[in-house]
Amino acid sequence: MAEWFYFFYTALPAFLNGALVTLELTAVGVLAGFVLGLASALGRVYGGRWLRWLAIGYIELFRGTPLLVQLFLVYYGLPGLGLTLDRMPSAFIALALNSGAYQAEYLRGSILAIGEGQMMAGRAIGLSRWQTIRYIILPQALRLAIPAWSNEPVSLLKSTAVAFLIAVPDLMTRAKALAVQTYDPIGAYIAVAVIYLAMVYVLDAFLKLLEERARIPGYSVEGKKA
Amino acid sequence: MSQPVLVAQNLTKTYGNNVIFRNISLSVNERDTIVIVGPSGTGKSTLLRCLNLLTKADSGKIWLDGVEITDPTCCSEDECRQRIGMVFQNFLLFNHLTALDNVMIGLTKVKKMPKEQARRKAVEELERVGLVDRAGHYPGQLSGGQQQRVAIARALAMEPRVMLFDEPTSALDPELIGEVLAVMKQLAREGMTMLVVTHEMGFAREVANRMIFMEKGQILEEGTPDDLFERPKYERTRQFLWKIAELHGRKAPEENG
Ligand SMILES: Nc1ncnc2c1ncn2[C@@H]1O[C@H](COP(=O)(O)OP(=O)(O)OP(=O)(O)O)[C@@H](O)[C@H]1O
Ligand SMILES: [Mg+2]
Repeated sequence: MAEWFYFFYTALPAFLNGALVTLELTAVGVLAGFVLGLASALGRVYGGRWLRWLAIGYIELFRGTPLLVQLFLVYYGLPGLGLTLDRMPSAFIALALNSGAYQAEYLRGSILAIGEGQMMAGRAIGLSRWQTIRYIILPQALRLAIPAWSNEPVSLLKSTAVAFLIAVPDLMTRAKALAVQTYDPIGAYIAVAVIYLAMVYVLDAFLKLLEERARIPGYSVEGKKA
Repeated sequence: MSQPVLVAQNLTKTYGNNVIFRNISLSVNERDTIVIVGPSGTGKSTLLRCLNLLTKADSGKIWLDGVEITDPTCCSEDECRQRIGMVFQNFLLFNHLTALDNVMIGLTKVKKMPKEQARRKAVEELERVGLVDRAGHYPGQLSGGQQQRVAIARALAMEPRVMLFDEPTSALDPELIGEVLAVMKQLAREGMTMLVVTHEMGFAREVANRMIFMEKGQILEEGTPDDLFERPKYERTRQFLWKIAELHGRKAPEENG
């Protein structure tokens, strides 16, 4: 046990650098994915026929195929189309596209849950369709989405480990390097598991806080009095 | 006779093969309070939604202050809609906004009024419905009656030419109905033009200057409340009115004012 702590201690700087890369991948994936997801959710709910089909196509394609395949297609496949990207940008793009498809479904569900009534009430005072979406529907739908949506950042944080397979220097890649260097794969992978666990724990706490902060007084999902 | 404010001519509405109403015409004049009654599923809500363009009628024309709002070249639908207030059976307040913000949002986003001015106006409207002390409450923190009064204030803030009420008290517990009716009576006294779908026959007899009995997508009969209650042309009208008067009208608690 003591040995393991010593190992962990000496490897810490490498792990921290890796953890930063992992966090960066997660943050970019979640944020860019959010923009993509929101746009596709809106397109799917409110768009005309073409926009709706475009959104459905994107969502189904990226939810229906493995993230790893998507990553390889971006990194190894795009050069074939004359677009060569570095490792990090490739990972960013694949993660964002993948996460966007999942986030779209969470957001779509909560937009639909807000219901037609709010749209009608918004239109009735003279707000345009887009204004009603912007000021009435989305502020409620986004809050409503948080509990279920919170799975996505946590899940994506762990999924970023696939970036290891195109040698992005993330946490997983560092673990592998240390495992080889020290001939102690168990120690290395346990250490990396502990770090993932800690990051998930902190992220979860942050998301809980967000959920608490966004609560509408007197209003809960079922529309009952809180 | 006073000016017509809202006029509908030969409105027809269908959903698929289902004709909701056919060739309905009506005219709401300045300071009128018109009560529409009729059995469930007759198309009363659909008619109100057509009148403020929330639903498109299949055919027919609608004029607001002499301007045809069903003519797409006349004005934008959003502009027309803000001049026609609407109050819904289930209130439909914006759940994420306080009472004050519910009333303000139309002023700031539609009328582009500066924040401070909008706030003052919103406070005035909440005063009008007796709810300034609840300005900071969210809809989920208000009773049904209070929510409906905020909804009325929200519509009033836009300074509509006419107010449409779709069964504004039928989702309320009996003891909360009075406070909403009191606000509506006060509006009628102030000269607001109103078209009200309701089963509150006490309100109809006391406030309405005209009553419309709608059945199966048609206006079967219209006249003063006394005409319809005491001298109806059709037996059907008499039956229906007295039945709902028994169910709703008599039991309604007397409110002050
Ligand atoms: N969006 C819609 N699509 C299809 N049918 C509809 C739609 N809205 C209403 N209807 C139908 O139109 C008819 C009239 O409905 P409406 O709600 O206008 O009646 P109502 O007179 O307001 O009844 P109630 O007293 O129950 O409120 C009903 O048969 C209803 O099923
Ligand atoms: Mg109705």
